[in-house]
Amino acid sequence: MSLEASEAAPDDRTYAKIEQEHGIEPRSLGGVLMEVRDITLRFGGVEALKAISFDIREGELRAIIGPNGAGKSSMLNVINGFYHPQEGEVVFRGERRGPMKPHQIARQGIARTFQNIALFKGMSTLDNIMTGRLTHMRQPLWMQAIWKGPAEREEVENRRRVEEIIDFLEIQAIRKTPVGRLPYGLQKRVELGRALAAEPKLLLLDEPMAGMNVEEKEDMCRFILDVNDEFGTTIALIEHDMGVVMDIADRVVVLDYGKKIGDGTPEEVRANQAVIDAYLGVSHD
Amino acid sequence: MQDAVAPEGVLDTFPKLLEHNARMRGDRPASREKMFGIWQSWTWAEVREETRALAVGFMALGLKPGERVAVIGKNRPRLYWSMVAVQWCGAIPVPLYQDAVAEEMAYVLEHAEATVAVVEDQEQVDKVLAIKERLPALRRMVYLDRRGLRKYDHSELHPMDDVERLGRAKEGELGRALDAEAARHGGGDVCVMLYTSGTTGRSKGVVLSNDNIIVTARASVAFDGLTEEDSVLAYLPMAWVGDYIFSMGQAYVSGFCVCCPESPETMLSDLKEIGPTYFFAPPRIFETLLTTVSIRMEDAGRLKKRIFDHFMAHARKVGPDLLDGRPVGALDRLWYGIGELTVYGPLKNALGLSRVRVGYTAGEAIGPEIFRFYRSLGINLKQLYGQTEASVFITVQPDGEVRADTVGVPAPGVELRIAENGEVYYRSPGVFLEYFKNPEATAETKDAEGWVATGDAGFIEEGSGHLRILDRAKDVGQMADGAVFAPKFVENKLKFYPAILEAVVFGAGRDRCVAFVNIDISAVGAWAERNNIAYASYQELAAHPRVYAMVQESVEEVNRDLADDPLLSACQIHRFLILHKELDADDGEMTRTRKVRRRTVSERYAPLIDALYAGAPSVYAEVEVTYEDGRKGAIAGTLEIRDAKVVPSPMRQAAE
Repeated sequence: MSLEASEAAPDDRTYAKIEQEHGIEPRSLGGVLMEVRDITLRFGGVEALKAISFDIREGELRAIIGPNGAGKSSMLNVINGFYHPQEGEVVFRGERRGPMKPHQIARQGIARTFQNIALFKGMSTLDNIMTGRLTHMRQPLWMQAIWKGPAEREEVENRRRVEEIIDFLEIQAIRKTPVGRLPYGLQKRVELGRALAAEPKLLLLDEPMAGMNVEEKEDMCRFILDVNDEFGTTIALIEHDMGVVMDIADRVVVLDYGKKIGDGTPEEVRANQAVIDAYLGVSHD
Repeated sequence: MQDAVAPEGVLDTFPKLLEHNARMRGDRPASREKMFGIWQSWTWAEVREETRALAVGFMALGLKPGERVAVIGKNRPRLYWSMVAVQWCGAIPVPLYQDAVAEEMAYVLEHAEATVAVVEDQEQVDKVLAIKERLPALRRMVYLDRRGLRKYDHSELHPMDDVERLGRAKEGELGRALDAEAARHGGGDVCVMLYTSGTTGRSKGVVLSNDNIIVTARASVAFDGLTEEDSVLAYLPMAWVGDYIFSMGQAYVSGFCVCCPESPETMLSDLKEIGPTYFFAPPRIFETLLTTVSIRMEDAGRLKKRIFDHFMAHARKVGPDLLDGRPVGALDRLWYGIGELTVYGPLKNALGLSRVRVGYTAGEAIGPEIFRFYRSLGINLKQLYGQTEASVFITVQPDGEVRADTVGVPAPGVELRIAENGEVYYRSPGVFLEYFKNPEATAETKDAEGWVATGDAGFIEEGSGHLRILDRAKDVGQMADGAVFAPKFVENKLKFYPAILEAVVFGAGRDRCVAFVNIDISAVGAWAERNNIAYASYQELAAHPRVYAMVQESVEEVNRDLADDPLLSACQIHRFLILHKELDADDGEMTRTRKVRRRTVSERYAPLIDALYAGAPSVYAEVEVTYEDGRKGAIAGTLEIRDAKVVPSPMRQAAE
């Protein structure tokens, strides 16, 4: 397992270099999938985000980075509609988005994983991923209980999708294992599987690599790249491990103290003085 | 059923056998594979169609007769089919160990001058691409799984689906040429080339003919009465000769179904679902299964444990006799029947062994306890002794003559001879043609009359005619005082203890023996959990005083055992240490088939051996390790060295 994964991002080669060596054509990005304009988010007197604007293009692997407390998770919650900002607007798939109810949030086509895993610990891997198909179940509850005709067909179809994801993430061996018994790295992978099961237009990953060892990180990197590559899923990820982000992201937004201090390709961001200061620590006065 | 076995004579190649099976048993399952959680099957007729399309496709891509084609991947039906497709074109498949690192792969691909590589997935494609400059002969690569490969340069890289599609389109154009090619080949032609795992130095390419494989397969199918009703689970490396005989040779000759697991990690649950009737496993697998059972029984309730212990004791008493058809009292029979209902049956089912008619183990010595455990459950587990150069079979145990300490009588068609120095020689229809591009090695191993040296020392037991293997002939040495030194024999005794995974004994040319020990992390880990011993790493657990005490006990028991053996009493272990890392094939310490490379180990750990002989109480060790992706690191630590009690041998004392 680890061997396969480690091919994805050996630490001294960037993804771009591997592409070059293997003669892979450079990635081409589609139109704008989501645009956030002048977002300001306040909690009481605290301004978590200050006038932030950027866009996410279709098929892109977009990273949001920044030191602790920079407002990354708040940003993610604004993107998926959980927080409604006091100022600014979010345009998703060409439409301006207003405040939403939880079920509307769930059905809009954005799936996410959590920094602290949020799985059903007592349920099996299979059942956990199956819950991700919830938004694709159209039959009423009583029909599902009788499990005949359309309900049966629907479940077969959902199960097929879930099995494809299990195969994709190489977690066949833990299909029936209760998630609570799995090691941390695998739980993260199951969570990714559940998010994928929703077939999202936009996949949000909140620190997918946090707390992992090098091997698990390399595994995860490869899965993220493969999801982006194989399913064409647009991904926005938050991460504070700079090395990982610079290897896999197409474009990077850098936040610090709720403000955007950089935006561009990994090379551009790496050369940005404000970013260097934020990471190396310069007194803010 | 027997007459449905493919007739001899004209059916002397794999493509011909495939055509025969498609005609004779077209509707019967030939391959199964678990995909997306469901077992998929293909009939012989379907396999023939797929293989044919692949063969035409390969031909259309310019594969020439006599060329070598590397096959790299886990056990997958389509990789097996591609080997037959390659043979259909008159070319020679060369299966490789899929877990080999790029460097090892480079040697084999270069030596075999492979022109095409059929690989499983991106991992293997990347490995081959990484060494491509060293492979001028390699023209094309065909891969099975598309994942991650969509954006690669496809000028010399083809998905297998495309090759099949190409083959279907070109059938009209090239079909006759392919038939003509298949007809030109016969039993004497090269069938497959298998690289030995190489316990010593570089691996050698063993060239086996169609006759070698097919005649051997035919004889062994008849020996064990295998039919098309049987099924096997193909989970051992495709590069290993055993897999080629079991999953290809015997399957094509008798027409049984070969099942491929979903992934290597799911092997045990796949085994349970398939319930094969014919099962091969190295001793390691049987040990693992037994260890899982023991660990779970330790955790079971007291009543369950008592029932289990009671019936297992009864099984040990009468089980083997029942299996061999020897007379057993009616009461014992009845009690065994109740045990079958309550304990043995459910246990066999949980292990996936309830339908096994014939089970084999080989490759290493199996612990008598483990062997007896399976036999007493009514599983017909037998031992065989074989080599790549012999197309597996040298000796095998016939039903009713199964014992833990022998490897059986010569297989059908095999002649045995023991040389002056104790080395075992054989001659058989399965004897290989040559080592590829290595006439000197061929001449060293095989003489003009076709006798092959096994490199193992052994003797034929008086009375039963069974062969007993002592050790590798060149490992059998002498100690400083001239006593026989047989390290493998001692190591095997040590390895039979559940806590000990691997042991390496040193002593050739010295006055006494010392040993390295590797603990078995699954068994020792479970033991630690039961005893509330906290540990953070392999290294910490290995160095734990109570683990040392447990190993010391085992070592001393082995010493007592050895003291009774007049020949080997000098091999008792005086001092030992527990290594802080597992011996690993990636570090070159073991072969890919997990046999210890003695010389490499003694070079890498030379300071430790010196310390063992110098009498130091501990030693600081730092050793370089290779991670699975080829990067290197180091593991360092201070290892304790312990003295083990040695029993003076009465005979030796008398001699002095």
